[in-house]
Amino acid sequence: MSMIGLVDCNTFYVSCERVFQPRLRGLPVGVMSNNDGCVIALSNELKALGITMGTPASEIQHLVRQRRIHLLSSNYELYGDMSQRVQSVLEEFAPAVEPYSIDEMFVRFDGFEHAQLLAHAHQLYHKVRQYTGIPVCVGVAATRTLAKLANRAAKKMPAYGGVCVLPPGSLETQGLLKRIELGDVWGVGRRLVERLAVLGLKSAWDLAQADPKRIRRQFGVTLERTVLELRGIPCIEMNDVDEARQRIMTSRSFGKLTDDLGEIREAIRQHGQRSAERLRRQSSLARAVLVFLKTNPFRNDLPQYLPSLVIELPRPTDDSREILSAAGLALQRIYRKGYLYQKGGVMLLDLIDAERQQLSLLDTPQSDAERQRSQRLMNVMDQLNGRMGRGTIKLGTPSPGAAWHLRCAHLTNRYSTRWDELLKAQAL
Amino acid sequence: MPSESLIPARPAPAPLALPFPLALGRAGLAGFPSPAQDYEGRTLDLNERFIKHPSSTFFLAVTGDSMVKLGIREKDTLIVDRSVDPRPGHIIVAMVEGEITIKRYELRDGVPCLCSGNPHYAPIPLLDLECQVWGVVRAVIHEYAV
Repeated sequence: MSMIGLVDCNTFYVSCERVFQPRLRGLPVGVMSNNDGCVIALSNELKALGITMGTPASEIQHLVRQRRIHLLSSNYELYGDMSQRVQSVLEEFAPAVEPYSIDEMFVRFDGFEHAQLLAHAHQLYHKVRQYTGIPVCVGVAATRTLAKLANRAAKKMPAYGGVCVLPPGSLETQGLLKRIELGDVWGVGRRLVERLAVLGLKSAWDLAQADPKRIRRQFGVTLERTVLELRGIPCIEMNDVDEARQRIMTSRSFGKLTDDLGEIREAIRQHGQRSAERLRRQSSLARAVLVFLKTNPFRNDLPQYLPSLVIELPRPTDDSREILSAAGLALQRIYRKGYLYQKGGVMLLDLIDAERQQLSLLDTPQSDAERQRSQRLMNVMDQLNGRMGRGTIKLGTPSPGAAWHLRCAHLTNRYSTRWDELLKAQAL
Repeated sequence: MPSESLIPARPAPAPLALPFPLALGRAGLAGFPSPAQDYEGRTLDLNERFIKHPSSTFFLAVTGDSMVKLGIREKDTLIVDRSVDPRPGHIIVAMVEGEITIKRYELRDGVPCLCSGNPHYAPIPLLDLECQVWGVVRAVIHEYAV
């Protein structure tokens, strides 16, 4: 029986900081967007104070001055490296690992008995924490949609202790589905919840019991797939679902193993452009770009290399040029000759709503004129590509220009990637 | 029966270059061999020798001089591996009152303790491994001015 696990890092950015600053454990900690504009990641203690994602840093400065909370500038180089370490640990113990976002990874479990599976999931939970210092939750089930729910249960319900395995068709699975509201199901947005409520469908269990054909007629094929997935029939692939506005990923195998930088650059460029188009379609802006490459893990005879790198964007943007420029820079830094690459991809991270007006005040200023120009250009590009076929208008990957200067007053060290920023250990 | 320990899918992971490989650490013939080639026996790779487990290995910088007797001096670089389970006798990086410190893990009268190189500081009983131990020191790099 093939099962899928979702390993999700707890309050990832804050956890990364806490590995190197143990004194921050148990304290309310937040990580700010570039330019220290607003809070983009919160520890549970900070959430408990009623502070939410997107809160302008200026509004809570008084709490910082009173030393009641701690705010840090975002340190994407550190988060990217820690994310990769988590992935490597998983790769050591599982045959296939697919990153879903910077802090979530899908893992395959094949051929385990239930008790064995539970033990294995517990081991992953402990190993990742011990090896990297990052606490995670593990959810395992027959499909990705159910694994998401299992992970949620592992995180929210203390009885699970961070690990939840849902055997297909079990009473436990049924009981959990009955308790989960539709809005918490992967890929079911707020609008859908309202429409489904009219039909009397309220819980994940209700949706699982609905007639898939009828759901398909009324709501389309995507929701039909969700119904099937809730029943334990896998039919959603990695690239299918992008969680409501949190991240966008485009990746694909190169078709053959290649070490040709030109070919790889072209693939990354396409993925970047495609991701940017999807970003604009859902009216979001991205704060950071992650690029990854992968050699073929099943070719034991070849050296393995699975690099990834996060580049922070100078400001939240949906401009293909800025996104491709960051992706190009990331690729240039991670590409090494001598490896045969199988796959590569581009992920857009920490998305926010483009409509949010306060943005211009909080983030690196971009003049209105400049923004409108960029918007017009992107509109024209999307229209032409929509009408005349994808790829009609392409952007080259510009070599990255001058370094971006940002105000990051509370930047922590890049402890794990820079010689001159290492963690200091005191011999007292 | 649930298996007690994980069986690695790839028992000996292929030596992976770290984010910043010690390129100059490769002694041997001039020129760099392609990593795709089997270079065993032709060059020596410091990563291979000291970084047994890349994903759990971190470098730390030493401050203070209390561990000199144990060969750890100010400004040395520690190679710390979090995947090693600490045993008495290990030099470890420990978290004490929110600070990152270097200690020796010892048994004092049968009680596990974190001991400082400085006799001035009393041994700290080791009660909770996960809360107190950050990682085990695998090696120390001491650079001379040349």
